[in-house]
Amino acid sequence: MKENSCCEAETGTSPSGIQIQPALPQNTEDEVCCGPPAGPPSSPFERPGYQICGFVENFIESTSGRIPRIKSALSISDMAGTVMTRIGINRNNYRVAPGLYGIGNPDPDSPVLVTANYKLSFDKVRKELKYTDAWLLVLDTRGINVWCAAGKGTFGTEEVVRSVKAAGLDTVVSHRNLILPQLGATGVSARQVKKECGFQVVWGPILAADIGKFLDSGMKADQTMRRVTFTTMERLVLIPVEISIGLKPMLWIVLVVFILSGIGPDLFSLKAAWTRSLMAAAALAGGVFAGAVLTPAFLPKIPGRAFYIKGAITGFLTAAGILLWYRQDAGLLELSALLLFTMAVSSFMAMNFTGATPFTSPTGVEKEMRRAIPMQIAAVFLAVFAWIGAGF
Amino acid sequence: MKDFRYLEGVTTLELKEEKCVGCGVCETVCPHGVFRLENKKAVIADSDGCMECGSCALNCPASAIQVTPGVGCAAYIIQTWVKGKEAAACGGEGTGC
Ligand code: SF4
Ligand code: SF4
Repeated sequence: MKENSCCEAETGTSPSGIQIQPALPQNTEDEVCCGPPAGPPSSPFERPGYQICGFVENFIESTSGRIPRIKSALSISDMAGTVMTRIGINRNNYRVAPGLYGIGNPDPDSPVLVTANYKLSFDKVRKELKYTDAWLLVLDTRGINVWCAAGKGTFGTEEVVRSVKAAGLDTVVSHRNLILPQLGATGVSARQVKKECGFQVVWGPILAADIGKFLDSGMKADQTMRRVTFTTMERLVLIPVEISIGLKPMLWIVLVVFILSGIGPDLFSLKAAWTRSLMAAAALAGGVFAGAVLTPAFLPKIPGRAFYIKGAITGFLTAAGILLWYRQDAGLLELSALLLFTMAVSSFMAMNFTGATPFTSPTGVEKEMRRAIPMQIAAVFLAVFAWIGAGF
Repeated sequence: MKDFRYLEGVTTLELKEEKCVGCGVCETVCPHGVFRLENKKAVIADSDGCMECGSCALNCPASAIQVTPGVGCAAYIIQTWVKGKEAAACGGEGTGC
């Protein structure tokens, strides 16, 4: 491949074919320089101010500029990034640059797959394209996954049309098909895309894992590829983020609980605050555990349709354990406060999990919230009164 | 999704059968198999399976489907109550959903 060294002007080919080697340190022998021997030279594709992403193999020259050819294998750091986002670290800023990428040896007849610029989505897709030659058009969804971005409209008709035009896709490929993930249909009108940029949307499978099968069968998805699933594994990976959402408010609640727990006959007792808030903190942690761990994990097994009921049930079971543990240390009033508190927290956390599921309708969620929130608030109030009352 | 059923009788989904041209797009895009094509006409086969994502209505060429689309997410709905529809964002911190 003919490439310019990075210091050359963007436009010119190498003058008279001379390859300028990136300068290696010349003085490795005379010990002036400390440290280990110099690493490999800079990539010939590097440009000042740009960094080449680890998932880029090299570049494909095309009529509409240089297109990065990406690797299908995930590196250790890609996997580490996945783990980090799964536990909620840097989850909101895990993105790749939008635009056109190639994978394998794509030519003008190769299929074009469209995805979001959330790096987790991007990785999932390229991983499935190991033996495929394809183009990958990455939309600027602000680093959000396809499903959520489609709901918000960033994975939408306009963005598809804009990206197709910006990438000059009509000069890169000779066909006029775009394969979009089916869940993108929430934000993308296939007819409108066709009208505005001439490309026909083909609805691909819901899961990236089915892309290979879909392409092999001549772009046909069977019914199982068209139905959204919510397997135990799919639910378990969501749990860490659910917990991390609960953590920050938890700290505030612990502070309030500490103050409430100290109130007593001598106005405020630090000793009571300490011992009693430990119990309340256990109830709080139990509630979060029941609502954000048990409920997602056993979702289909827990009775009830509404999530606040499921959460109240897991909360009740968890509270039973906590009450058993504290049965010697706390009175009846305190125990009932702990029970109410655990159930309210669990019920609320479980209700929040609706946002992570692919089957709850907004009308349904709103309906259950109108019913549940007053009850949850009432339970917390009763718990607080009982708790303060028990202090005297 | 047969193992996961949400509340019954809540969806805002409506189909005007007289407008339907039988293209089958709704059947294709719906992730819950709510529609079925019978005698070249769409019928709602499982309205309680609908999560109101709006894919079918957006992609129906005959505007035969109506649904109030949205996200079934409690945190988001709380935000629409507190801050109003415009300012509400998913996930509390903006982009995670
Ligand atoms: S998408 Fe519209 S026109 Fe096509 S089958 Fe469904 S309801 Fe009928
Ligand atoms: S709104 Fe979504 S879930 Fe409901 S019928 Fe239409 S495509 Fe299916």
